[in-house]
Amino acid sequence: MFNQSRSYIIRLIFIIAFLIMIVQLFNLQVISSKYQLLAQENAVFKKIVYPPRGIVFDRNRKRLVSNVLMYDLMVTPYEVKNVDTGYLCQLLEIDTAEFKSRMLTAIIKNGRYRPTAFESLLSPEKHARLEENIWRLGSGFYLQDRPVRTFPFGVGAHFMGYIGEVDSAIIARSDGFYQSGDYVGRSGLESYYESVLMGQRGIQYLIKDHRNRLVGSYDNGQLDESAEAGRDLHTYVDAELQQLAEKLMTNKMGAVVAIEPKTGGILAMVSGPNFNPEDLTGASFRKNYGKFVLDVSRPLLNRAIKGQYPPGSTYKPIGGLIALDEGVITPSFGLGCSGRYYGCGHSKPACTHSNPGHARNLRYAIANSCNSYFAHIFRLSLDHPKFGGTKKGYQKWKEYNNAFGLGTRLGIDLPSEDKGSIPDSSVYNKVYRNSWNSCTNLTLGIGQDMMTSTPLQLANAMCLIANKGFYYTPHFVKSIADETKEDTVLNPFRERHDVLTHIPDTAFQTVILGMQDVVEFGTARVAKLPGIDVCAKTGTAENFKIIDGRRVQLKDNSVFVCFAPRDNPKIAIAVIVENAGYGSTWAGPIAALMMEKFLNDTLRAERVKEVERIAGSNLMPGWLPRVQYIEDSTRARYWFNLTNDSSYIKKYLRRVSNAPATPKEKPAPAQKIVRRQNEVILPEKNHLIKKKTAAT
Amino acid sequence: MDRNAPGISKGIDIWLIWLYLLLAGIGIMAVFAATYKEPDPMMASFFSFKTDYSKQLYYFLFAAVVGIFILLTDSKFFTATANIWYAVGILVLLLVFPFGSKVKGTESILRFGGIQFQPAEFCKVSVCLALAKYLSLPNMDFSKTRSQLIAAGIALLPAIMSILQSETGLALVYFSFFIVMYREGLPATILVVGFSIGVLVVATLLVDSDVLAIALTVITAIAGYFVYMMARRKSGIIMKVVIVWIICVGIQRFGVPMIFKNVMQPYQVERIYSTIGRDVPDEYKKGEQTALVQKKKPNAKREETGVDYNVKQSKIAIGSGGITGKGLLKGTQTRYDFVPEQRTDFIFCTIGEGFGFVGTTTLLLIYLLLLFRMVTLAERQRSVFSRVYAYGVVSVFFFHIAINVMMTIGLAPVIGIPLPLISYGGTSLLTFTILIFILIRLDADRQMVLR
Repeated sequence: MFNQSRSYIIRLIFIIAFLIMIVQLFNLQVISSKYQLLAQENAVFKKIVYPPRGIVFDRNRKRLVSNVLMYDLMVTPYEVKNVDTGYLCQLLEIDTAEFKSRMLTAIIKNGRYRPTAFESLLSPEKHARLEENIWRLGSGFYLQDRPVRTFPFGVGAHFMGYIGEVDSAIIARSDGFYQSGDYVGRSGLESYYESVLMGQRGIQYLIKDHRNRLVGSYDNGQLDESAEAGRDLHTYVDAELQQLAEKLMTNKMGAVVAIEPKTGGILAMVSGPNFNPEDLTGASFRKNYGKFVLDVSRPLLNRAIKGQYPPGSTYKPIGGLIALDEGVITPSFGLGCSGRYYGCGHSKPACTHSNPGHARNLRYAIANSCNSYFAHIFRLSLDHPKFGGTKKGYQKWKEYNNAFGLGTRLGIDLPSEDKGSIPDSSVYNKVYRNSWNSCTNLTLGIGQDMMTSTPLQLANAMCLIANKGFYYTPHFVKSIADETKEDTVLNPFRERHDVLTHIPDTAFQTVILGMQDVVEFGTARVAKLPGIDVCAKTGTAENFKIIDGRRVQLKDNSVFVCFAPRDNPKIAIAVIVENAGYGSTWAGPIAALMMEKFLNDTLRAERVKEVERIAGSNLMPGWLPRVQYIEDSTRARYWFNLTNDSSYIKKYLRRVSNAPATPKEKPAPAQKIVRRQNEVILPEKNHLIKKKTAAT
Repeated sequence: MDRNAPGISKGIDIWLIWLYLLLAGIGIMAVFAATYKEPDPMMASFFSFKTDYSKQLYYFLFAAVVGIFILLTDSKFFTATANIWYAVGILVLLLVFPFGSKVKGTESILRFGGIQFQPAEFCKVSVCLALAKYLSLPNMDFSKTRSQLIAAGIALLPAIMSILQSETGLALVYFSFFIVMYREGLPATILVVGFSIGVLVVATLLVDSDVLAIALTVITAIAGYFVYMMARRKSGIIMKVVIVWIICVGIQRFGVPMIFKNVMQPYQVERIYSTIGRDVPDEYKKGEQTALVQKKKPNAKREETGVDYNVKQSKIAIGSGGITGKGLLKGTQTRYDFVPEQRTDFIFCTIGEGFGFVGTTTLLLIYLLLLFRMVTLAERQRSVFSRVYAYGVVSVFFFHIAINVMMTIGLAPVIGIPLPLISYGGTSLLTFTILIFILIRLDADRQMVLR
C-alpha cells in the first residue's frame, strides 16, 4: 500500500520513545538511591518527646521544685475559619492588630498547616476563660498542656536556678545533643544536675502529609524510643529554714549560707536582693528577666557564692588557729593593748577595747575581738624566723588560708562559684614594687586589706572549726533517686577533707571557747540561745564605692558567722548584710533566728516579733537609685546615639532636677583607684595613714 | 465480549477489548491507591459514588455502556456524520468562550448542573473523524500542498481555540495528528524540520545564546564545506545552507525570545524552564504578577516554586518505589498527598511508588502493545477512512502516554494532559473509550470500503 513503509518508521518512533522512558525509569527507580531517602525525609517526622523534669526535695521530702501543667493556646492558621476575632481578643485581652500580627508570626514560624503557640503558658484566669469557651473558636484553636516548673515554697531562686530555651552556644557545645526549642537548666542546681533532672528524651516517628500535618504513627511505632522521666534530687535544704532566711533577708543586700558541718550539706542559702523563683518560670520569664538584668542591685547575682566581701573580724578565729599551729603563739599568749596597735609605728589599727588585759590570752582576744592582738599575731606568723623571710612566711600563711577554703573555689554543686581572694605574695610584690613587710598588709590579720571571701567560704570555715579540722565540700544534693554506680556526680561531695586535723584539739578548743565567749559576754550576745552552746563571731567591714567619680565610704557591711551546738555542731552559718552597720545589729540576729529555728524546730513567741522587725526593715543601700539613674540614662543615651530615637532619653533630659542625688554618706576625697567588683579595697599609697579600721 | 451475540462480536478485535479492560482496571486500582483514606470501608465506599475511585468505577461503567452502543452502531454512521461531529466539536469549543467557567487555571470547562465537561478533550474524536473523512475523499491527492494545508488546518483549528482557553497542554495534542499526515504522505522533511526546530528551541533555552550562535555558525561552515565539495562547487547550494543558517540563528536569537516575551504566559514560560531544570531568566519575567511573586519571596529556592515542586515530588515518589515498589496503599508519598494532582495528571507516580520499576515497565509495555495493536489494525484496513481514523487514535494515545509519563519523570514540561484510561476523570475516560470503540467498530467492518 501507499506509504506503508512509513508504518514501520512510526513503530520505530514509538519504540524509541518508550525506551527513553524505560531508561529514565530505570535510572530513577533502580540506579539512584537518593529518592528513597528523600521520600523518608518527606514523609516521616521525628517528634521529640520531652519527659517531665525531676523533682527536687528538701531534707524532709517536701517539694522545693516540682512540675505543674500549664497550657498553651495553639493555633493552626489553616483551620481558623469564621472565628469571632473580637471575642477571642476579649478573652486574651489583646486587640485586633495584635491578633493579626500573632497569626502572621504563627504562619511565618511553622506554616499554615502546623500548630503554633498563639499564646504560651496562659495565666490561670485566661486558661479558665478559654477552657470554657474554646469550643466557640472552632478547630483552629486548642489548648495544649505543657509541664512547667513550680516552687511550692516560693524559695530557693538563687540556688535552684531556672530553665530556659537553649541558645546556639549550648547547642554547639552539646555536640548536637540539644536542639533548638529544648529547655535546659540555665543556672543553679537546674544547670548543675541537668543530665539527671532532664531524663532521657524519647523519639516518636510519625507520618506527615504534604502539608506537614501529622497523620499517624510510622510503622506502628516500632521504631519509637520511649522517654524516661527525669530523676528526682534529694537535698539537705530545710525548706522552712530557707523560707525563714529569705524572709529575714527581704529588702537587704547580702547573703546567708547555712551548712550542716557533719556532712557539708547546705541547709539554706539566700542571696539578697531576693526574688520569687516563680518569676523566672513559664510566661513570667520574659517579663521579669530583662527587668532583673537591668536592675543595678543585681538580683540575679547569687551573692552567697559570688559576693566577695572582706570577712573583717570574723576572720580572727582562723588567724588565731594559724598562729597556734605554726607555733608562733601558744593559747596563753597575751598582748598588752591600750586601744591601738603601735607595732608598726603608726598606731593602727585601732581597737574597740582599751582596758588592760582584754587580750591577755587568745581566748580573751577572740572574745573581745582585739584588733591589735590579731594584727600582731599575723605579723608573728609572717615574720617568724623559721620561714626565712616575710614573703616566705606570707606564702605559708596563704597556704593555711587556702586549707581553710579561703581564696579557693570550694567546688559546691552550683555553677560559677567565685573564689574570693587571698592574694599571692606576687600580687603584693607587684603593688608595692617588691618592698613590703608584715606591716604593709597588717590588716589582713583582721580580715581586711586585699582579703575577700564569699559567704559560702565563711560558712565552710566555720564548719572546719566546728569539726576541728575536717570538712565536706558544701553541697545541696544528698542523693539522686534510683542512684546507680554510674552516677559519679555526687562522689566528690562524699569525700571527707581532713585538711587541718593535724591541728591539735586543744588549739581548736581554745578558739571555740573564745567564740563561745563572744556569745556569752562579747559582741554576739544577740545570738545567745537558751540551753544551747553557741559559738560565733561578729564582723564589721568597711565599704567603699565609686559614685559619680568620687570614692564614697558607705556604711559598713554587717558580717556574722556562727555554729551550734558547740560540742555536736549541727549548723554553721555565715551572714553578710551589706551597708547595714555592726555585725551584731543585723547579721547577728538573722543568724540567731535561723539557729533557733533549725535546732529547736520552732521559734519562741517573742522571737517571731523579731522576725517581723527584721523582715520589715529596708536596708537596701542608699546609693542604688543614683547608680540606677546613671546606668539607665547612659543606656538611653547609647540607644539615642545608635538609633536617633529620643523616646528613651527624653525623660532624662527633662527631669534633671528629679535625678536622685549622690548619697552624701561620709564622702571621701575623690581619688582615682582601681575599681573591683564588690567593693574590694585596694591599698592606696597613703592608706595606712588615712584608713580608720572599725572593729568590734 | 459476549461471543453469543454475533451482532456485536463479529469481527471485533478481542485483543483491543482486553487491553482496554486491563488498562481501565489498572486505572481504577491506581485511583483507589491514590485516594483511599484509611478508615473508609473498602467495599462500601467503592459503590458509594462519594470517593474518587468509586466515581471512576461508575465513569468506567458508563463509558463501557457508551462503548457497547458504539459497537451496535453502523460503521457508515461515522463516515456520514464525521463532518457534523467536527462542526459540533468546534461549536462546543466556541461555547466555552461565553459560558466557560474557571477551574484550576483553565477556562475550558463547561458546566451543566453538577457535570463538568471539557470540549477540548472531546474534540479529539471530532478531529480524528474529520481528518479521516477529509483524507478519504475521492480524488484526494495528499501530495498537494493545498490538501496538506487544509488537513493541518482541520487538526490545528481546535488547537488554536484551546490555546485561547489557556489549555496549552490539550492544544499540543492536536500536533500529534502530523503523525497521521506523515503516514498519509506528508513529506518527511516537514516532520524533520519541525523536530529540528523543536530541538533548536530547547537548545536555545539550555545553551547560552552566544555560544549557540557560534556553534551553529561552525556547524554551518562545516556542513557548507562538505555540501559544497559534494555538490561539485555549485554556488546555489551554498545559498541554501546560508539561508538555513540565517533561519536557525534567527530563531535562536530573536524568534524564541520574542515568543517567550510576547506570546506565552508567565506560567507557561516557568513550566518550560522547570522542565529543563533552569531558572527563568530575568528577561522573560514580565508583568506585575511575576514581580509580586519575586517580592514576596526574595530568596525563594527553586524547589519551592509550584511547578518545580510537582516534578520534584513526582520524581521522589517514583524513585522511592525502587525495583518492586512498596505495595498497594503502602506508598508514603502518594498516600499523603505529597504529589499534587496525583489522581489525575500524576497518576503514574502512584504506580511508580507502589509497584516500582517492574510495575512501571509492565504498564509501559501494555501501552506499547496497545499502540502496536492499533497500528496493526490501522494497516489492515481497506478503506482510507478507517486507516486514517486508526492512525489518529494511535497518535493521540501515543502523545498522551509519552508526554504524561515523561512529565512525571522529568523529561517533558508539565503540561496537564491525562494518562489515557488510567487518570481520574470522566471526560477523559469517556473520550478515550469512544476513540477506541469507534476504532473497534470500524475494524469490525474492515472488509467494507467506507467513504
